[in-house]
Amino acid sequence: MNPSAAMASQPNRDLPPLPGRAPQPIVEVRSISKTYAGGIEALSGISLEFPEGRLTTLLGPSGCGKTTLLKIIAGLIPATGGQVLVDGREVTGPGPERAFVFQDFALMPWASVIRNVAFGLELRGVAHSEREAIAERHIARVGLKGFERKYPHELSGGMRQRVGLARALAVDAKVVLMDEPFSAVDEQTRRKFQEELLELVANEGKSFIFVTHSIEEAVYVSDRIALLSRRPSRVSAIIEPQIQRGGDPEKIRRDSAYLDVVEAIWQQLRHYLD
Amino acid sequence: MQISELAPALPALREAPARRWRDLLIHPLVLRLLSFAAVLALWEYAGRIPLSPAFPTFLETLGGLGAIMADGTLFKAFLITLHPLVIGLTASILCGIALGVLMGLHEPSEWLFAPIFVIAQAAPLAALIPILTFAYGIGLTAKVMTVCIMAMPVIVLNTLGAVRNTPKSLLEMGSSFLATRSQSIRLIILPAASPMIFAGLRLGCAAAFIGVILAELLITPTGIGDVISYNQSVADYPKMYAAILSIIVFSVLFIELLERIEVTLFRPEARP
Repeated sequence: MNPSAAMASQPNRDLPPLPGRAPQPIVEVRSISKTYAGGIEALSGISLEFPEGRLTTLLGPSGCGKTTLLKIIAGLIPATGGQVLVDGREVTGPGPERAFVFQDFALMPWASVIRNVAFGLELRGVAHSEREAIAERHIARVGLKGFERKYPHELSGGMRQRVGLARALAVDAKVVLMDEPFSAVDEQTRRKFQEELLELVANEGKSFIFVTHSIEEAVYVSDRIALLSRRPSRVSAIIEPQIQRGGDPEKIRRDSAYLDVVEAIWQQLRHYLD
Repeated sequence: MQISELAPALPALREAPARRWRDLLIHPLVLRLLSFAAVLALWEYAGRIPLSPAFPTFLETLGGLGAIMADGTLFKAFLITLHPLVIGLTASILCGIALGVLMGLHEPSEWLFAPIFVIAQAAPLAALIPILTFAYGIGLTAKVMTVCIMAMPVIVLNTLGAVRNTPKSLLEMGSSFLATRSQSIRLIILPAASPMIFAGLRLGCAAAFIGVILAELLITPTGIGDVISYNQSVADYPKMYAAILSIIVFSVLFIELLERIEVTLFRPEARP
């Protein structure tokens, strides 16, 4: 009944094979635990590997500590115990090799789109004209060309998250950490985003760590899903959905492999609800 | 043929002037003027009853205003009043914002200073004016101090609140993109706090105006306070009310100006 065993054996989808060796994990967490002040144990000894160039999702019931784990990886909150390794080196705080996409977008309302997108570069002291050129490219990349001088309040929720995404891409980090990035946008936009995310994973050569509570979303976008249990959270299963992603994106949602994985995960998660 | 084409448009044409009137009536500017006019009309009416022999009508007050403007009294009085006001307000703004930001960023200094300002904001500070007079005499210093104790608490506490209320996700965004402490203060905390700091400044300015008039009425009559109390003593009520009216109008215009400055300098997103 372990879905990972059932599905991990098939050959992976059309990613460039790494010559001669197993893919090196870009991020590795080793027995991470987190106890909040007041004794609430959020994470209990989580060990996970995040393969390079793939999208790995942390999926679990709400309040299970997925976001906590992501923020520990980002270096935004300290872990109580354990290690985070990025590219083989232990990290204890934020670093240039990781960029974060926030659930609530975290855009500066007083700054235009281009300044928001260029903000990571501004903080790193990149010259004004250079960072604007980079930002412009990424604004176009996420489909917001022409909105450079607008302010966040003039944009829809979906467009604001595109700004958040462009900002994360603009600093050219190896790892993009996304905290429920599509949960504050409407369903249509959300589907569009999921399709674009697949494209991004395929073309950017970056590694993505994605947090969501939506099973469908996780299966649709992920190369690998880490299923977290209820608090105190552990990894209850690793699932690698083997879905052919070429061609019509709508077809995937009707694909039987896709639906089977969704069902298998649901069966795993449902007993947390009781 | 042509007439039948026109026919459906006719009712619309006939309605047009009526709709134009309605649109005009609910125009924000018209409504604001109406609210002024209503208050002034009520004033005029109350003056004509008369409510009290010491209460002039609006038109009499305008006459008084004309008189004190014509002989230069008002202008000179304003210059005198502005002196402690400007010094006190500038000091309150500079110290108030600096102290508020410090308290917002550094918790021990909040514990140290905040109680003083919380009490100062709650207390009826006009009661302290005799003590200020005792300590600083009846000159400029006492008046400047009065302006400061009135204006500073609200500026400090609003600034403190503003800095404390920086959205957590913006702070996390800053640190995830490797902002140093000073970058995060300069580029995130202060801009995020500025609308609320300015709200505090507007309240602080209003309080400073109250402070300066109180000082001029209670310590020694100078400036506008002198015009008010002198005309009261000689029972020239239109001039007395004209002085009161002029300081109210001045205060409103000043605070409006402050808001304009805020939007032009600090709030590009709020510009039309």
